[in-house]
Amino acid sequence: MAGLNELTIRELADGFRAKKFSSEEVTKDCLSRVSERNKDVNAFVLVTADEAVSQARGIDKNGFAKKDSVLKGVPVGLKDIFNTRGVRTTCCSPGLRDFVPPYDATVVEKLRSAGMVCVGKTNMDEFACGASTEHSYFGVTKNPCDLTKVAGGSSGGSAAAVADNMCIYALGTDTGGSIRQPASFCGTYGLKVTYGRVSRSGVIAMASSWDTVGPFARSVEDIALILGEIAGHDERDMTTPEIAVPDYTKSLGKGVKGLKIGLPKEYFGEGVEKETRDVVMEAVARLEKEGAEIVEVSLPMTKYAIAVYYICMPAELSANLERFDGVKFGKKVSGEASKEVKDLVDQYFVVRGEAFGDEIKRRIMIGTYVLSAGYMDAYYRKAMKVRTKIVEDFATAFNKVDVLIGPISPFPAFGIGEKANDPLAMYTADALTIPASAAGLPSLACPCGVSKAGLPIGLQIIAPQFSEGLCLQVGERV
Amino acid sequence: MKISKETVKYVANLARLGLTDEEVAKFSGQLSAVFEYMDILKEVDTSNVAETSQVTGLENVKVADEITPWTASGEVVSREDLLGASELPVESNQILVKAAIKK
Repeated sequence: MAGLNELTIRELADGFRAKKFSSEEVTKDCLSRVSERNKDVNAFVLVTADEAVSQARGIDKNGFAKKDSVLKGVPVGLKDIFNTRGVRTTCCSPGLRDFVPPYDATVVEKLRSAGMVCVGKTNMDEFACGASTEHSYFGVTKNPCDLTKVAGGSSGGSAAAVADNMCIYALGTDTGGSIRQPASFCGTYGLKVTYGRVSRSGVIAMASSWDTVGPFARSVEDIALILGEIAGHDERDMTTPEIAVPDYTKSLGKGVKGLKIGLPKEYFGEGVEKETRDVVMEAVARLEKEGAEIVEVSLPMTKYAIAVYYICMPAELSANLERFDGVKFGKKVSGEASKEVKDLVDQYFVVRGEAFGDEIKRRIMIGTYVLSAGYMDAYYRKAMKVRTKIVEDFATAFNKVDVLIGPISPFPAFGIGEKANDPLAMYTADALTIPASAAGLPSLACPCGVSKAGLPIGLQIIAPQFSEGLCLQVGERV
Repeated sequence: MKISKETVKYVANLARLGLTDEEVAKFSGQLSAVFEYMDILKEVDTSNVAETSQVTGLENVKVADEITPWTASGEVVSREDLLGASELPVESNQILVKAAIKK
């Protein structure tokens, strides 16, 4: 029999209610997997073992009623970008390495009231900036399928923890691909929600007009169950519309007969490895066999998405990271350095110089440059206009089809260190995930096969805004 | 677009970011490559195209201008809790920093 740490949310929820096993037993199975594997994989940067066991015991004592959340007592991993009251939250940045938040993110609060058992905080690229989790203060997360490869990023720890059975599900964030790409590299499901579908209050901000919060899990049904618990309007996040949260499990079991699925030809073109294309096309052929109509469409703005993203995102990031001044929270100037600090402005230079890693500095520089006098029109405003054209691309496509399918990453997981010194090469890894982010669309990452080298390959299902149900309906049949 | 070391220093000053000489040299090269790539956007005709800064069409979302206690999982988050997040000394509910104005 599989360890309890290998089961799905649905299996655990049923098992708890049938008294087959307890939350404490499941939690201990997860924790023993963590002790066995985390030293190699480095998915967790903080393991809260004692708290997890005591949360699980409390839940078991309280019992499982029918009206209780399906997530009750199910061990979760939280990306280290979510504020957790009283539990260190670092964003994997040297500048926040000792930060203990005074409050919970709204999503954490929701999980707590559902009956959360938190295994710990998962690894990520510093401030969610990266596509490989190599830019973490705590070191790289390794791909559980091949320890010489990256797990993807920025939510690499969350993806690896779920794929390697260290927890049952995890939360991450996706700004330009940070859930979908690690999900595809590690072989799990991951959902980037519609912009505004899930509250970001208490989630450390990266690029505010792009950031989203979403789940990683082992099945489409689990994704539907988690989404139902975390989605919805939050008065603490002004970007969450008052749109009702449907029962996402009702989207399951419907099949794909009669659905029109668009294949954007730009997602299968040059630059996408043949093996990746072939594996995705095999999955598409299965959907066609089940009665879906496959239509070729074009998203001609796709090739401009990286340039748009790497202007707009750093602009927003540089503004968001202004708050890390070493005063309200984060690292203070200590030791030798403090003697050189003459005044407050001087302190900002020293603190910020020490607080941020390489990639963050690079992005703050890009963002500040494109917002500076003389360059704002040429770069920032231009990029925001091309972003409009990307949005229009999708609107045109969704006049013809119900959903779009394409690869997530042009290639499977790459080697650790392979792209580390070439920022531009790393940026192009996001080429196929950025467009949906630019338009605020939901996109579900589904594992659909493996490469000859044994590495997972995933595809994404993109749907119109607030149509997560459609992504799930199709994803279930992949 | 070539980003000179002088430009790097100028932008770092705007961003209040202390950089070492090695970082200035490295970023000059890397950012030049990045901005050269950005020029691809010149190919797109954007005359009469509006800018997109948000995507879900929400407008003028407002809340009442009232002080309400911030609660987390049922507990009130106090002023002391928030000030406690600073590593600097706190006096009379204020964080003590280095002088901001020169004498």
